[in-house]
Amino acid sequence: MPRLLLSPLSALDRGLIPAVAEGIEAVLPLTVELATLPVDPEEVWDEERGQYHSTPLLDLLVKTAGPGEGDRILGVTEGDLFIPILTFVFGEAQVGGPGAVFSLARLRPTFYGLPPDPSLLIERAVKEALHEVGHTFGLVHCRNPDCAMRASTNAGEVDLKRATLCSECARLVG
Amino acid sequence: MPSILVVDDEKVVQESLRRWFGDYGYEVEVATDGKEALARLVERSFDIMLADIRMPGMDGLELLDRVKEGAPTTVVIIMTGYATVDYAVRALKRGAWDFVKKPFDPDDLSRLVEKALEHRGLVAENIQLKQSLAEVSDFGDIVGESSGIKKTLELVRTVASTDSTVLILGESGTGKELIARAVHAASPRRYMPIVPVSCGALPDSLMESELFGHEKGAFTGAQYRRKGKLELADGGTLFLDEIGEISKKTQVDLLRVLEDHTFTRLGGQQSIHTDFRVIAATHRNLEEMVREGTFRQDLFYRLNVVTIPVPPLREREGDVPLLAMHFLRCLSNQMSRRFEEIEPEAMRRLCAHQWPGNVRELENALERALVVGVPPVILAKDLPLTAPGSAGVAPPPGATSLASMEKLHIQRVLDEHGGNVSRAARELEIDRVTLYNKIKKYDLKRG
Repeated sequence: MPRLLLSPLSALDRGLIPAVAEGIEAVLPLTVELATLPVDPEEVWDEERGQYHSTPLLDLLVKTAGPGEGDRILGVTEGDLFIPILTFVFGEAQVGGPGAVFSLARLRPTFYGLPPDPSLLIERAVKEALHEVGHTFGLVHCRNPDCAMRASTNAGEVDLKRATLCSECARLVG
Repeated sequence: MPSILVVDDEKVVQESLRRWFGDYGYEVEVATDGKEALARLVERSFDIMLADIRMPGMDGLELLDRVKEGAPTTVVIIMTGYATVDYAVRALKRGAWDFVKKPFDPDDLSRLVEKALEHRGLVAENIQLKQSLAEVSDFGDIVGESSGIKKTLELVRTVASTDSTVLILGESGTGKELIARAVHAASPRRYMPIVPVSCGALPDSLMESELFGHEKGAFTGAQYRRKGKLELADGGTLFLDEIGEISKKTQVDLLRVLEDHTFTRLGGQQSIHTDFRVIAATHRNLEEMVREGTFRQDLFYRLNVVTIPVPPLREREGDVPLLAMHFLRCLSNQMSRRFEEIEPEAMRRLCAHQWPGNVRELENALERALVVGVPPVILAKDLPLTAPGSAGVAPPPGATSLASMEKLHIQRVLDEHGGNVSRAARELEIDRVTLYNKIKKYDLKRG
């Protein structure tokens, strides 16, 4: 079975990495392996915006990992990500390509002035991980409100969907 | 799949948006400036163009003007930086659909594009309906492209060039008079008048005078000689509307005239010969009336040379949107109310309704909506229709058996006609004896 190299790009909350790995293996035909890649997000720090530019971060990840045929790489960062035209992104992936990355920054309730909620953070992280890795299978945004491939442009929308794929997206993944 | 053209001179913006929309499965193309954007628009159409306001060479405003001219269905959204909001306002005044400030909030961009696509869908639907209207309205005011109405119009074309008597059959409100006028308009008699006679509207005594005319002094009040409809139709077409309503006596009179086109005015001596074509119409089943003895068989044969059936609206699949847009256009002009669109939910309701009153009921519904609605869009709440699935035809409480429904229905019709059995029987399409028996059986009140 193809591998997914799961690479934390900073120190992460306890229990988050195993939960993400389990969530992915339960839904996608991948074996998750933990990888510690020498990728420094500071290389893509944008001083003016105070955020990390996700597109070069993704390129850096893929270049560093050099994944084999069918393998994928997923980076997880604490840093708030952006692409130049948008104020932020939860994550970014190469549709049909090997790379994906997502950020925990805006998945944390504390970002919105709410008390910490570790289990909610893990739930959201699993959904976002599935969403971004789903793109690497060529999946685009899905209109099914339950599907993990549903587009989310705020944390509330992440909560509305489920950590699984709808039957149509599951069929496309094969 | 929705298509988007991104026009921006910054490579990083192009690529960011290409990826973002690519994730949605949209077809995305990028252009670096206005000139390249126009070239792309010549090659193919796009649902949405997202253009930066400040670009080298042709700026966003000039590009907007060109796109409005050349690709008016493309929805244009202008992208702007904080410093150029005044430009964006100018863009809106010149026809841009909306504008967004860079960088966009993903939530705002996502909603904006969804709304723009919905708007694009409405524009496209509107254009398609207008084109369909233009294609099908070459036959006067008869609008529709369902197989039923097409068959009817084929028959109209076929019989128009002949001089045969035509019998038009169809429910009330289906547009039988329009069909009669279409036959006349396509016939060699089109330069002469078509003279309609409402057979159901006049009592016998007046009907005679209406058809044959009268000489001065023929009866009290006949102060002048007056030509009847048969004379007025000389050279043209006599349209006998609701022929099933005429009395036995008028049936005899008409039969005689239809045989040799010769008659005398009331109170007159001189035989008059006129040359007219007869088109008759009815919502009744004349064959059944012949069997029941309420319509003369010989008159039926005389009229039933070529029959043109007009389908009820509920059987004209796909015609409701075309007719609705047709009436919207006509009534907007007549009433000087600038309505342009019918919102999707309102159109869904129009399509779901059964239209027992047929095209006339649809026209009335639209007229009502134009009176109570606010231009330019007809909303579902403006229509005098119950929402699909509501219990508009449900029996009243306690009346679920066939007999109780029949009793209630007959009582209602009797009440509507003030207890007049003849008129009630006519509406119920049963004979008077049967109605008397039902009144006795159900112990009904006559007014």
